[in-house]
Amino acid sequence: MDVVVLVKRVPDTETKVRVAADGKSVDPSGVQWIMAPYDEIAVEKALQLRDAAGGGAVTVVSAGPAETSKELRTALAMGADKALLLVAPQGAGDAAATAKALADGLKGVPFDLVLCGKQATDDDDAAVGPMVAAHLGVPCVAFVTSIEVAGRTATVKREIDGEVEVLEVDLPAVLTAQKGLAEPRLPGLKGIMAAKKKPLEERPLAAAPSPTETRALSLPPGRAACVKVPATAEGARQLLKALREERGVL
Amino acid sequence: MAPFEAPDFYAIDDLLSEEERLTRDTVRSWVTDRFMPLIEEAYREGRFPRALIPEMGELGVLGGNLDYGDFPRMSSVAYGLVMQELERGDSGLRSFVSVQGALVMYPIWRYGSDEQKARWLPAMHAGKAVGCFGLTEPDHGSDPGGMETKAVRDGSGFVLNGAKMWITNGDLCDVAVVWGKLDGVVRGFLVERGTKGFSTREQKRKHSLRASVTSELVLQDVHLPASAMLPLAQGLGGPLSCLTQARYGIAWGVVGSAMAVYDEVRTYGATRVQFGKPIAGFQLYQAKLATMLTEITKAQLMNLRLGRLKDAGKMTPQQVSMAKRNACHWALEIARIGRDMLGANGITDEYQTMRHMCNLESVKTYEGTHDIHTLILGHAITGLDAFR
Ligand SMILES: Cc1cc2nc3c(=O)[nH]c(=O)nc-3n(C[C@H](O)[C@H](O)[C@H](O)COP(=O)(O)OP(=O)(O)OC[C@H]3O[C@@H](n4cnc5c(N)ncnc54)[C@H](O)[C@@H]3O)c2cc1C
Repeated sequence: MDVVVLVKRVPDTETKVRVAADGKSVDPSGVQWIMAPYDEIAVEKALQLRDAAGGGAVTVVSAGPAETSKELRTALAMGADKALLLVAPQGAGDAAATAKALADGLKGVPFDLVLCGKQATDDDDAAVGPMVAAHLGVPCVAFVTSIEVAGRTATVKREIDGEVEVLEVDLPAVLTAQKGLAEPRLPGLKGIMAAKKKPLEERPLAAAPSPTETRALSLPPGRAACVKVPATAEGARQLLKALREERGVL
Repeated sequence: MAPFEAPDFYAIDDLLSEEERLTRDTVRSWVTDRFMPLIEEAYREGRFPRALIPEMGELGVLGGNLDYGDFPRMSSVAYGLVMQELERGDSGLRSFVSVQGALVMYPIWRYGSDEQKARWLPAMHAGKAVGCFGLTEPDHGSDPGGMETKAVRDGSGFVLNGAKMWITNGDLCDVAVVWGKLDGVVRGFLVERGTKGFSTREQKRKHSLRASVTSELVLQDVHLPASAMLPLAQGLGGPLSCLTQARYGIAWGVVGSAMAVYDEVRTYGATRVQFGKPIAGFQLYQAKLATMLTEITKAQLMNLRLGRLKDAGKMTPQQVSMAKRNACHWALEIARIGRDMLGANGITDEYQTMRHMCNLESVKTYEGTHDIHTLILGHAITGLDAFR
């Protein structure tokens, strides 16, 4: 079974993000970069599906700066077979431009299934997966927590407000990974050393215009100072008053 | 606990290969996710979290630099980074891995027979067998050449008698590499657990390296077959070559401790307010942070260079002595200064600095004390032996 996994390089979710001097991008100094956590889940699931099918290849694909080779190498170290990097020094653009670039990049790559994270943890668009599906002209199910493949069909589950929806979808298809789909493995040192020898193809990405443009980036306002009230009846009264009059919560 | 942010003031990251970075990041997340939640309790209770041994096997860190079978064969720099990341967790964790890889697997790999290698290396790499290294004796520490442990021939085999002390992993071990004299020449013997006359006894009540097992080994008329001796090790050079490997790892490892301490006090100083402002805003506090970061950066650069020399086959034991001596001295100094910077909070196990500080007292002592490395360097500089 051939599976393509789309992955993105994002700042570590624990990195303290700072806005760069241009006021519209992230200051890269001091940022730890990682593969987006939901994409990592997608890679793990792809490896499991390939191994369960007893054959095929997992190809990881990314559009991004040259440094993204590290995240692709991580996926190879986890066990993916090959990687394709569409090199865009300034990033691939917005979700629409990225989806177009990825779909174009997949021409000539055989696949039964395309997996990706439900969203990248930097811009949280959750749009690239469905848009890629539209470009490829294949069905898409987003936010899946389970995938079972039988022949040319996949049975997938999604969880909505405590309910589970079960869907059948024809392959090839695009599925986006929700937490719970798989538990990503750590690449062992053996995997890391083996990854060195796996093919990682880099192709320049012709700069496609983004339909949207980032004008400004700002950090959310800092949290207001914490107000302490004594644990007494009087304190409770003060708290009620503050919630009603100052915050308008009640 | 705030997430660990590793200092890299000189962008040394740029000097690492992709797989070196990946290796470091993998071990760093493993330590954060799997080890950090366990360490304080293990340290308090004075035990090594042995449940993690198979996981370390799966990661491939145990002797993973050795050129054997399907081992990962990571570069010396990658190996050093692994040590750094493990010791960022705790010196006891790094000690376990150092002993297993550099002091047990290494001599078997370098001096052992094909049968000895096949029997032990894959199992130890997978974390299915644990080894220990018995050189130090109650009366012979810095001067191991004076060892009293003795082997005598007995038919085709040997009988071993003696006692070893301060042996890391002693009570955990399936096999001990025991150094003893045969006809006056130092030789290495593989003594398996369960061999009659061989016993281990844990040395408890330590103030330092509490999450590591330290034991006495007792060898009383231990009968060994001829196949138990490491055929290619002859003389003190055998164990000393192992120490060079382990000291190399220590030089990297303790920088991990120093990085953990620096990260902790830097974050603390930014939020702890006294006299109306964060204490990190005071000059004295900043001077300490500046010293810490400078010494960490210097040690990182020394280690990187040493690792590249090692991979090129050009590293000398004296260079390793300089790195071990300097890194241990400064890591301990940084931990002591850091302990002070945390005020009263710094004496509790809510903070890791004092644990590192206590650990580093051992690390400064074992594998050649600070003074012994001074004498090694003194000898290299002057050509004059000041040991005796
Ligand atoms: C936690 C822990 C784990 C250990 N694990 C192991 C292990 O796994 N295997 C193993 O074999 N050993 C192990 N050791 C032992 C360690 O290597 C020795 O403790 C070390 O070599 C120092 O020996 P010593 O303790 O006998 O001190 P001594 O040699 O008695 O030294 C005491 C002091 O005298 C100084 N001194 C000694 N000689 C001179 C000299 N010529 N000139 C100037 N000063 C001198 C030393 O620098 C030191 O300050 C471990 C030790 C510890 C604490």
